[in-house]
Amino acid sequence: MATLDRVARTVLWQELVKGFAMTFRYMFKRKVTLNYPYERGPLSPRFRGEHALRRYPNGEERCIACKLCEAICPAQAITIESEPRADGSRRTTRYDIDMTKCIYCGFCEEACPVDAIVEGPNDAFAAETRAELFYTKEKLLANGERWEREIAANLERDAPYR
Amino acid sequence: MVDAFSTTIWPVTVLVFQILLVVVPLLLAVAYLTYAERKIIAAMQLRQGPMTVGPYGLLQPLADGLKLFLKETVIPTGANKVVFVLAPMITFILALIGWAVIPFGNGIVLADINVGVLYLFAVSSLGVYGIIMAGWASNSRYAFLGALRSSAQMVSYEIAIGLIIISVLISAGSLNLSAIVRAQAEQGWYVFWHFPMFLIFLVAILAETNRHPFDLPEDEASLVTGYNVEYSSMTFALFFLGEYANMILMSAIASVLFLGGWLPPLPIWPLTWIPGPLWLILKICLVLFVFIWARATLPRYRYDQLMRLGWKVLLPLSLGWVVLTAGVVLAFDLAQGGAG
Repeated sequence: MATLDRVARTVLWQELVKGFAMTFRYMFKRKVTLNYPYERGPLSPRFRGEHALRRYPNGEERCIACKLCEAICPAQAITIESEPRADGSRRTTRYDIDMTKCIYCGFCEEACPVDAIVEGPNDAFAAETRAELFYTKEKLLANGERWEREIAANLERDAPYR
Repeated sequence: MVDAFSTTIWPVTVLVFQILLVVVPLLLAVAYLTYAERKIIAAMQLRQGPMTVGPYGLLQPLADGLKLFLKETVIPTGANKVVFVLAPMITFILALIGWAVIPFGNGIVLADINVGVLYLFAVSSLGVYGIIMAGWASNSRYAFLGALRSSAQMVSYEIAIGLIIISVLISAGSLNLSAIVRAQAEQGWYVFWHFPMFLIFLVAILAETNRHPFDLPEDEASLVTGYNVEYSSMTFALFFLGEYANMILMSAIASVLFLGGWLPPLPIWPLTWIPGPLWLILKICLVLFVFIWARATLPRYRYDQLMRLGWKVLLPLSLGWVVLTAGVVLAFDLAQGGAG
């Protein structure tokens, strides 16, 4: 009987029919992929993307050149030079991040006492040349202006868990 | 001059026009078959498929064609240049000339010849030449192995196809494809009379066109991509077009032999109102869907399994069916036509 059963299954293409039915059913299921550049998945407020230097609402830059980020950076991607400004406050004259070295660990934003250096939600900042990935202070401040709304919202959403 | 015009120039013009009427939609169909394949397989794998070029990625085939067209044609140093360039052309031309005898409707056919089936069979057999020429002329091991596999496989499965066609011929009593369809109008579609043969025919044409699960000639894992590994640009595009045009041709043959060609499923009003060519196209699409469906479902055969299936399963089965059909036709005196 077992033999008959097996032969019948083979002759009637039982496995093939099962397999074809399965793929046919799947054809009408909901798609699980996103249409990427136009649709994106949700990002955590803690997502560590492209860096930005923020300013206070009055336009003053937050960074006070304490160099904690430079010190903690495990990849030694950050270079800071500072001088007292005309009004006596200590400010950076140079704030460079080598994005080819950065490992996106987020230690810099953890170390920062004034929430100046942050990693924003931007994950699409590929460049065509290596030189474009050596970020300067101007570039970082420009990023801060560009992403301030998202960054501020993310910091606020994450604040209860800190 | 008037004589030359009416005897030569005008008929040739009409013929060229008719040929273009078949070939241009065919090439468009080939382009959109690649799109359909990608979309259907994507759907079966819960993906979206091409979405970027045009609405729902509808312009993707054109973008692909343009890309291939703009690429450089690389001819390997060790290749036999004449044969190397000739091979894709042969594949492509052979995939097109088969359409000469496919009847699109009652009387709508380019060449209504009495040996239509034989012609189709010959054309599909010649398809091996394009592939083996490509494999040999490339002067590459992968290409040559792919070509050998392909030709062995096509020759093996052609035997099964031939025997299946003989069963149909015995039932219809004619080699003329239009007559075969007309016979199905009287006797009912052969998919009902010869159902096991229809299934075997589907399997055999999968192998004949080197499609999954019999796509060993282009097995990426062991042969890179098989006989077309050295080809690029338009020479590759011709192979690709030829392969897909062959799929459509084989689907058309299956539709004509088993699914009643241009006939509606039932000869009743709303169905008979739809023109015959449309029915044929619908049936071709159905068979093409099975091609793609199989690709999304089945894993690739091993080469010895492929040969075992062709020679030890399909061949005896189809041969047995020929004997059975002939016996039934003889015993109940059902012979059609006057061929005898």
